[in-house]
Amino acid sequence: MKYDVDERGYYGEFGGAYIPEMMYPNVKQLEDNYLKILTDQKFIDEFNSLLKNYVGRPSPLYFASRLSLFYKTKILLKREDLNHTGAHKINNTVGQILIAKRLGKSRIIAETGAGQHGVATATVCALMGMKCVVYMGQTDIERQSPNVLRMKMLGAEVIPVISGNKTLKDATNEAIRDWISNPADTHYIIGSVVGPHPYPDLVARLQSVISEEMLYQVKEVSDKINPDYIVACVGGGSNAIGSFYHYLNNEQVKLIAVEAAGKGTESGETAATLVKGRPGVIHGSMTMLMQTEDGQIIEPYSISAGLDYPGIGPIHSYLHKIKRVIFDNVTDDEALEAALRLTRLEGIVPALESAHALAWLGKHKFNNDDVVVVTISGRGDKDMDTYIKYMESPPNPLKGAKWTTHM
Amino acid sequence: MNRIDKLFKEKKTNILSVYFTAGYPNLDSTTVIIKALENAGADMIEIGMPFSDPMADGPVIQHSNEQALKNGMSLKLLFSQLSGIRKEVKIPLLLMGYLNPVIQFGIANFCAECSSVGIDGVILPDLPPQNFVEEYFSIFDKYDLYNILLISPQSSAERIYTIDKISRGFIYMVSSSSVTGTKNDFSEEQVAYFKRVQNMNLDNPCLIGFGISNRETYNKAGKYARGAIIGSAFVKSLGKDDKVIENIGRFIRNIKS
Ligand SMILES: Cc1ncc(COP(=O)(O)O)c(C=O)c1O
Repeated sequence: MKYDVDERGYYGEFGGAYIPEMMYPNVKQLEDNYLKILTDQKFIDEFNSLLKNYVGRPSPLYFASRLSLFYKTKILLKREDLNHTGAHKINNTVGQILIAKRLGKSRIIAETGAGQHGVATATVCALMGMKCVVYMGQTDIERQSPNVLRMKMLGAEVIPVISGNKTLKDATNEAIRDWISNPADTHYIIGSVVGPHPYPDLVARLQSVISEEMLYQVKEVSDKINPDYIVACVGGGSNAIGSFYHYLNNEQVKLIAVEAAGKGTESGETAATLVKGRPGVIHGSMTMLMQTEDGQIIEPYSISAGLDYPGIGPIHSYLHKIKRVIFDNVTDDEALEAALRLTRLEGIVPALESAHALAWLGKHKFNNDDVVVVTISGRGDKDMDTYIKYMESPPNPLKGAKWTTHM
Repeated sequence: MNRIDKLFKEKKTNILSVYFTAGYPNLDSTTVIIKALENAGADMIEIGMPFSDPMADGPVIQHSNEQALKNGMSLKLLFSQLSGIRKEVKIPLLLMGYLNPVIQFGIANFCAECSSVGIDGVILPDLPPQNFVEEYFSIFDKYDLYNILLISPQSSAERIYTIDKISRGFIYMVSSSSVTGTKNDFSEEQVAYFKRVQNMNLDNPCLIGFGISNRETYNKAGKYARGAIIGSAFVKSLGKDDKVIENIGRFIRNIKS
């Protein structure tokens, strides 16, 4: 595929493996083995069987008729929220735990922002009987508390991270430090298409099941073979690349990635990396990065813990640069409004992250017969505190509509 | 001749290299600490360039990085603080830190500045040897600036030989699988790794770093390598009170006596 990583681990100028020597043996072992494992028939069978019987795949592609009426186009929702544990993150952790087993590892570490990746990791560790340690920023522990409790119930040790902004970036630093200190028995399950090569490629391949299913689902639920648009939110970019993967070479399909603008891209409180960033190195990867003139990493901000990251997967930096994917962003308020709208019109409470993809629908003019796939990367259970606070002073999420929710 | 080569030629054993973070505890501590370290008997100094996300560092150096940035330290300021340092300081000086600030400063610019203030070597743990050779070697070479590479207990023999071939000056031998920090003693496993590397007859001398905290670990490191690097223990000893110069003298005497 023309968007594949090259043999040096780069997507154009982005990617690579900027890691200290202490991490090199583990990263090299993964690099030397991941493609062999991913193409091994026994692995494929085991992975597919778990996706089907444990995760509950394929996830439905649902024609959202009332949302379609509202936006005057045809909207199909890719329901990753219906996966076991409530988000797309489990596709990656199921794959990586099988790889960890094959590499002879017995202890798993992970970072988490929203807690979805942490829960998905703790879940597969329980399933496989592996020790699990999850690093989570103190700020995120406070705003995603249900997921913290779930991880603990699943037997994971959740270690609060108090450095920096106490969010996803800092949790990732701490997970890397753990891996440096425990190289022999530990595998690091990174939660997105970030980190040193081969992680971005590995995670993209494991998440590519999302678009693989769309290849046959779109024609089942619409009158088109290909969608006109695929829209997904981007933190690191794993649900987005999973949603785009099998359509990258199909230039007819417009691919839209939505970043978190936070309080606005010029407010100083934002996570819109592709607006505010320039190339730099974060967590072992050369990629677009929010940083000061001196190259210090800037603390990002988003209401959504899963999008609150100052970098972005290197493949997205590349797809942005070559303009294969259109990147846009929406604010906290736009996302909240879109979340409430989906809830009232379709009876689906989306994760705050996914609400960013939904909010983009309001920023674009569609044709009536356009087929627009929106990936609902996760469900909103973890965000209830935020939603409840928001509803205490609701704007009207249905403003502009000529009909009511009781139509 | 690069001052690092000169040091290793003249001093055969127990070389003491000391790391501190520029701009910590105070913004203008940098040159005060360098001079005090040389006077107290340090053989070489690694000047830390603070970074917001020091992923190979433990809590002590994380804290000094954070504080130095809060104090307003930057590469630009560091180079201006170091201009003129060679009028007084003779021992090798290295800059140590993470790749991103250096890239943003511009590699060519950075090397030129290093050369003009009299820096002898650079340690950038997250710059992989292969990237260094392919992208940066020629510019470093132009300024006779050494890029010091790391090995760790997990490094294979083959990898160590590869690193030895492209190293200049010395090899930074990370003592254990860990981030920076202090330990009181070496385990049998660590000693076995020291011996393994000692018997490899590398072209470059080795200094042992990470976890060296006191006289015992310094002396023990001296048995298996040409000397040792002290970081966290020294940084921790700074900033206790404002008698910086006396404290540094005492710290170094304690290690070397
Ligand atoms: C539901 C959900 N969607 C999206 C994301 C963002 O991650 P990515 O961009 O890798 O899909 C997260 C991350 O925590 C998440 O929990």
